[in-house]
This record gives sequence, C-alpha cells and structure tokens, in this order.
Amino acid sequence: MQLTDLTMLELAAKLAAGAVSSEEATRACLERIRQVDPKVRAFLRVDEEGALVAARASDARRKAGNPASPLDGVPVGLKDIFLTEGVETTAGSRILEGFVPPYDATVVRLLKEAGLPLVGKLNMDEFAMGSSNESSAYSLTHNPWDLTRTPGGSSGGSSAAVAAREVFGALGTDTGGSIRQPAALTNTVGLKPTYGRVSRFGIIAFASSLDQPGPMTRTVGDTAALLQLIARHDPQDATSAAVETPDYSADLEGGVRGLRLGVPREYFIEGMDPEVEASVREALREYERLGATLVDVSLPHTKYALATYYLIAPAEASSNLARYDGIRYGQRAKDARGLKELYAQTRERGFGPEVKRRIMLGTYALSAGYYDAYYLRAQKVRTLIREDFTKVFKDVDAVLSPTSPVPAFKLGEKVDDPLSMYLMDVFTLPCNLAGLPGLSVPCGFTKAGLPVGLQVLGRPFDEARLLRIARAYEREHDFFLRPAPLRG
Amino acid sequence: MPVSDFQPVIGLEVHAQLLTQSKIFCGCSTAFGAEPNRNTCPVCLGMPGVLPVLNQRVVEFAVRTGLALECTVKKTSVWSRKNYFYPDLPKGYQITQYDQPICEHGRLVIDTPQGEKVIRVRRIHMEEDAGKNVHDASGGQSLVDLNRAGVPLLEIVSEPDLRDADEAVEYLKAMRDVLVYLGVNDGNLEEGSFRCDANVSVMPKGSSTYGQRCELKNLNSFRFLKQAIEYEISRQVDVIESGGKVDQETRLWDVNKGVTRSMRSKEEAHDYRYFPEPDLPPLHVSDAAIDAAAKALPELPRAKLTRFTSQYGLPAYDARILTAERPLADFFEACAAHYADAKKLSNWFLGELMRLLKEEGTPLSALRFTPAQLAELLGAVDKGTVSANAGKDVLGEMFRTGKAPADIIAEKGLAQVSDTGAIEAVVDDILAKNAGEVEKYRAGKKQVFGFFVGQVMRAMKGKGNPTLVNDLLKKKLGD
Repeated sequence: MQLTDLTMLELAAKLAAGAVSSEEATRACLERIRQVDPKVRAFLRVDEEGALVAARASDARRKAGNPASPLDGVPVGLKDIFLTEGVETTAGSRILEGFVPPYDATVVRLLKEAGLPLVGKLNMDEFAMGSSNESSAYSLTHNPWDLTRTPGGSSGGSSAAVAAREVFGALGTDTGGSIRQPAALTNTVGLKPTYGRVSRFGIIAFASSLDQPGPMTRTVGDTAALLQLIARHDPQDATSAAVETPDYSADLEGGVRGLRLGVPREYFIEGMDPEVEASVREALREYERLGATLVDVSLPHTKYALATYYLIAPAEASSNLARYDGIRYGQRAKDARGLKELYAQTRERGFGPEVKRRIMLGTYALSAGYYDAYYLRAQKVRTLIREDFTKVFKDVDAVLSPTSPVPAFKLGEKVDDPLSMYLMDVFTLPCNLAGLPGLSVPCGFTKAGLPVGLQVLGRPFDEARLLRIARAYEREHDFFLRPAPLRG
Repeated sequence: MPVSDFQPVIGLEVHAQLLTQSKIFCGCSTAFGAEPNRNTCPVCLGMPGVLPVLNQRVVEFAVRTGLALECTVKKTSVWSRKNYFYPDLPKGYQITQYDQPICEHGRLVIDTPQGEKVIRVRRIHMEEDAGKNVHDASGGQSLVDLNRAGVPLLEIVSEPDLRDADEAVEYLKAMRDVLVYLGVNDGNLEEGSFRCDANVSVMPKGSSTYGQRCELKNLNSFRFLKQAIEYEISRQVDVIESGGKVDQETRLWDVNKGVTRSMRSKEEAHDYRYFPEPDLPPLHVSDAAIDAAAKALPELPRAKLTRFTSQYGLPAYDARILTAERPLADFFEACAAHYADAKKLSNWFLGELMRLLKEEGTPLSALRFTPAQLAELLGAVDKGTVSANAGKDVLGEMFRTGKAPADIIAEKGLAQVSDTGAIEAVVDDILAKNAGEVEKYRAGKKQVFGFFVGQVMRAMKGKGNPTLVNDLLKKKLGD
C-alpha cells in the first residue's frame, strides 16, 4: 500500500497522529505524478515548490498542535479554471497562455487558509466547454480505467488525477455536469453544490447563472470534508447565499431508512447503455434493501433541458468571454493592424472550435429580433424545469438517476459530432438549470471494467442529505478501493 | 417651407457621475486626476473570474434623485449587460439597467418665455462608466486609462418634450442645479462628470407625428448644446426642404467647424445584445429606504427660490442668484437670522461678497468669518459707525484674515466721526477759508455744495459721517 492510496480522511488521521508528514504525503503525490502522469496527462502544471512550502508550513502547524483545519496538510489539485495568485491559469485555452493571476479565487484562498498544499493545475475542456476534456488547447487527458478513453469533462483533469491517485482530492466546476459526469466515468465521487453555496469569485466564468465549484474525491466522506472547507457565504459574490453551513459529516452514517427516493421515468431513456442502466437499477434495489422507499416520479420538462441549456449557457458565455480581447492580459495577435483586426485575430487564434461555436450560438440567441424567441423563452422553460423539481421534492427526499447515459467513450469518438457530445449531459444539466445540488457516486463497472456513476439530486442546500444517501450505498460496496489499472 | 414652419422636438439624455467615494462594483477610489490606471483593481480591470459587488451608496443616490424628480421609485429593478467591444470597456460589456430601471415617470419644471413648463422624465437608471482611450500622437500608440472604468453614473432620460434649443439649455441647467443640490453630482460639464446627448427631430408645425431623430454627442457646454441643436434643426429642415429624408444616425458636434457630422448610421449601430446580468441579483429597494430618502431630501432649487421671494421679500433676480448654489443660499439664510433687512443683505451678497469670492477664488466652505460677524458689520454701517465704503474694506479684511469687524475698524481707524461738535468745527473752518465760494453758493450756484462736502471730508480723512456733514453744511449755508 502506498501513501497515495489513502483517502483524504485516512491521510488526515495519520497527519493528526503524527504518523506521516504533509511533506511526505506531498512528495508521494509528486512522485506518483512523475510516474503516471505521462500516461494520464491530467496536469497542465505542477507547482512542486508551492506545494512543498505549504506542506512544510502545515507540518509546523501540526507539530505545534495548531492545525488550521481537519484537512490541514492533505495535498489536492485544482482544475485550471481557479485563479491562483502567481501560478499560471489558462482555463485550457490558448488565449490565456501565460496569464498569471494577481489574486486567488475565494475557494483557493479558503483551501490555503485551511492548510491544504495545492499540487498543481489540472487539465480541462477549454473554458469548461466540453464533456470529454478533448477541447483543451493543451493536452489530451486519458481515463485511468482505460487510457484510450475519455476521463469525462469538463473537469476531466481533476477526475483523472483523483482516479489515478495523483492527488488525494481536487476541485472542479460544474455548469452542466462537469463535475458529476467525469466523476461517474472515473469511479470517483463528485458533488455540484446548490447554486450560491460555494463562491464563484476568482473562477473563470463560463455561464454565470449555472457555474458552481465543488469537490471531486475518491469517497463520500472526503467530499463532505472538502465541501466543509469551501461552502460559505462570500461577500465578493453577490449570488453567494447567506445560508449557514451545516456539519456535512455529522449525519453521514445516518442511512436511508425511511427516506423516499424518487426515480424519474424521464431519466431512463431509450438509447442509454444497458449495462449502465443495469448497474443503476441494481443500486436502486440496494436502496430498497437499505430501507428507503422508491417512488416513481415524473419531471415532464426534462426533454427541453438540453435545448434550454444550449441557449442559456452559450448566451452567457458569449458575454463572459468578451473580455478576452488581447488588450489587457493573455495572448494578443502581434501583427494586427488596427483595432478590429486586433480583436479578430486575437480571438480567431486564441479560441478553439468548440468555444467559437458556443460564442456564435450565444451571440445569435441574444441578437435583436431573436432574444424573445430564444433567450427569453429558454428562461421561461428553465422556470418550468425548476418547478418540476419543486413539485417532486414535496413528495420525495431526493431523486436518483444515472449520471451519464453511457460509460467512458473512446477519445476521438465524438469530437466531430457536437450534438452527440452534448447528449452526454442530458441527465446532469437539469440540476444546473434548477440550481439544485447533485452528486455522482460510483455504482459499479461494466463488463469491460468501465465505471458507472449514480446521480443523487436534492433540494436546495440539502447537500448533507445527498451525502448521507450516497454514503449509505458506498458503505455496502468497495468500488472506491479498487485501483485504476492505468492501461489502454 | 421656412424653418419657422417646422416644429423641433428634442429629448435629452443626461449622464451624471455620482459623487461616491468608491466605484460602483469595487472598492477603488473615484478621485479624478490620479496617475493613469492607479485607481484600478482586478474587478474594474475586468480580470478573469471577478464579480461585481454593488455599492449601496449608488442606490441611495439614485433613489434620492428619483424622488427629487418626482419619479416612481421601483421596488425591484434589474441589472443588464450591454455588450460591445471597445478597449476602454474592460469586460466587453457595461453593467447597466435596461428594461427595468430603478426610477420612471418623473418631471422637472423649467422656465420658458411663456412661463413654467413641465418636462417629463422618462426614466433614471444606474450604470458603470467606461475608461478612457488616450491616443498618443507621436508614437502612433493608443493607451487605455481605466481609472474612470466603474465610476457610477446616473442616466436621466427625458421625454421628447423640449421644443427649442433654449428650452433644452434651461432643462439641462435646471437638472444640473437639482443634482448639485442633492449632493449627487458636481455639475462639471467641462471635466465630463455631467454630460448630455440630445435627440433632435423636426416635423411640420401642427403635425402629431415626430420626424426621424438624430442623436447628438460631444455637447460639453451649455453653449455647444444650444449651437448644436440649432445647427441640427436647420440641417434637418434643409434636408427635408431639398426633398431628402433625415436618416436616423448618431452625429458628433464639431466644436471647431460649428457643425454636426455623422458618426454612425443606423446600419452601423451596435446590437448591444442586452440580457439580465447573471452576476447580480435583481435590486430590491425597501419602502423604508424610500421613505428615509424622502425625509432626508433637501429643499430643491425651485422651491427655495419661491421661498426666498416670499419669506425674505426679495426680487426674483436676487433670489435666483442667491439660490443658484446651495452653500450660498444656506449662508445667506444664516446671515439673515442675524440681520433683519434681507434686501440690504442681498445687496451685500450680490455685490461685495460675490465679487470677493470670485476674485479670490475662495469656495464658500473656506469662508473665514461667521454669519454673525457679517451681520455685525452691516449693523455698524447702519448705525453709521463706519461708512458704507469703509464697510467694504472691512469686509475685504474679514474675508482675508477672519478678524472680527470691530477689531478691524479699531485697528485701521475706520470708525466714522459722528460727533456733531467735531464736524461743526471743521465745517466752520472750511466755510471761513472759502468765503468766495460761499458767496457764489448763496447767489444760487448750488453745485458748489459738492465742493464743500469734498473739502470737509478731505479734512476729516474721509471719516466724517456723510449725513451729518451734509446736514451741518446746509444749516450753516442757510438752506
């Protein structure tokens, strides 16, 4: 057993007992990265020096009996969408190549204050636009369970690094499933908190009304512990909720006896992978055995979610990405003559095809004469989708579904087929549109050994219950113990 | 048809920088004149990942202005993004209010030759200012200064109720007076902290359908506003007269040539792709906040002017000047509390005091004497302790040194001689020395009287009480 095989909480216990130092744990991560990342390619940047400095400071605090948090000294990684002062941050885009932020994202500051060494920046789809990590301008990340396959996206660097045990945990962001889908495809746990639960300040914006950062770890307990550090009101984010943070670990082992769990019929569709469906159905039966009541529910507007999402998210993105104009930071076309050419060439060369596609989609949806038919209408449907959930949550405590309709697909398989790529998010994005919390927990493997994820959706700010539900299942299985084979 | 057969229709959009200490969405200073890009931070530089946090002072100022302009203050208003590319706009969009502004349906009364006229205010909304592009002529470079980016602005849009350039100027002046009175804006057109665009169209007299309008920009003085509107009216009339059609466009006032010229046609106009700002929740203003703002509203220029004429019995001319600026009006009232003759007080204000303020370039706030001291000086003049002329010197000295009037009169020996015996002795002496002139006077050459007054005053070094000198001279000369 290697040090990197420990969960976050196991490592934290050893750090607290003085059995191991944060520097040792951090060096173990760095060594593991050296060994396996040439195959996985999860990292865009490793901040060895920064991580070791933080680890030694953590060890000093532990020695003085003064740890900054329960996870003080546990090394983690960050999706390259989180701004890190002094460490290049690119959001997987050429246009931000060389951009060194002058400030830390709020969640980065919180992790630093909690004493977690930040090992490096993880690959992602460019500006988080994608479901396979293939739109990254820098490198192709491989799924540790099958190196020929995608680790999911857009937080695919984070899921791969956690699954390959290069870090103990990571932060990702989720706009339409970008935490949960990669978690499902890599046998890891990923939680998208309620919109407003975690600060967005200092996170490169994709779609402001949908983006939400969250933990990606190997176990439910680790996710609860990591969420504990970042879930709080932030006065620098006007959409951050002033809601008290509960103790997410307190009731983790509470079980599901007596809970009513909704199974939405719209989430078991034709065309989904039969092995995925079988794994999820088996998980549902497990919940019954554990004392929960399954309730057949309907979320009738689910079929409009994909179309709604692909109007709202690109519309907001088209505006959010306007600031990448080559004037103040990032890349600038050197040989442009005149302002218009400067803009055109900078953005032509700086953005990849998927980002351009979405900017154009969003610009169109917001144009004079089309706004009412597209953006405004999409907002109305969004309200209907939210109301679907509100109605269902009057009857049930949570909703269960597959996270992704298929297991990890081959790299290159869907690159030229954006529509089938967009379908990868069909089960995850209603949750973002409704602003609800959702998580993905491992629920088995296909015959080929590809992980399958179970999605748990809940009421606003009901993360503690989602974690408890996920933990009840996890306790009965050992999926999280299995190491990824790192083979192709 | 000649110009006189056309009816101009004008509406104004006023942009007023709010006098807050910090910017609208970050903590940076709004101070004018700092070194370029000194007053900036990641938020107003539009760095990746930043989010806006609303400065509540801006809302207070908007509510205050809305109430002063008799608007409906909306309990819920919405922030929007106005998208366009320009180097002085760091985020590639401006955060503003679009279809749900904070205030609507107001009014502002102006004076016209035909009497009072109500100009309707369509809406007031809050937004952030852009930065400034600086074009370096020598190096062929363009530089961007973002100190102004994120400075809060109010945009106040009138209905097209103005009918000529003079009304537009009156409206803009009245608007400036109100904003300055409210303490929300400094009213400075030259520095651009108070600016305006004009929408101008013409239609045949008697028509009820407005003509095609043009938006005029770069109107940074009252004079330019008047000139540009007048030019634009005659230009549009000429276009129509020669069988053409006025195109909807944005036109720039060319100060040097005295003309407006096309800047952007309708086809070139931006599609701003407005949509609700997802980074800011809708803005709610409570009834309590509106009530508190209403209670704290100062007396407005027009109400003050009316009160000055009725309460102090001042002519409208005096009242208008005294109420033009709130500090002057306040100081006048403070003095009037110590001194009963308001008209006499007004004369000193309009004459000596304003002359001194202007000559010395001193703001009223830096005045070194108190209202009571000014009242004391005027009392001394009334009592004849000092002459009116010497009183002016005393005021000058008070202005410069802040010394009490009594001390200045004593120090400078400016006290008037009102001792009848003393004056009589001098009068007798002068008359004795000028027997020939006395003869002429008595023979009917009355204009010699002035000569005697002059001689007496000279002998008394100007300190003789002029009334007493006159009376005694007349008595001695047998009038």
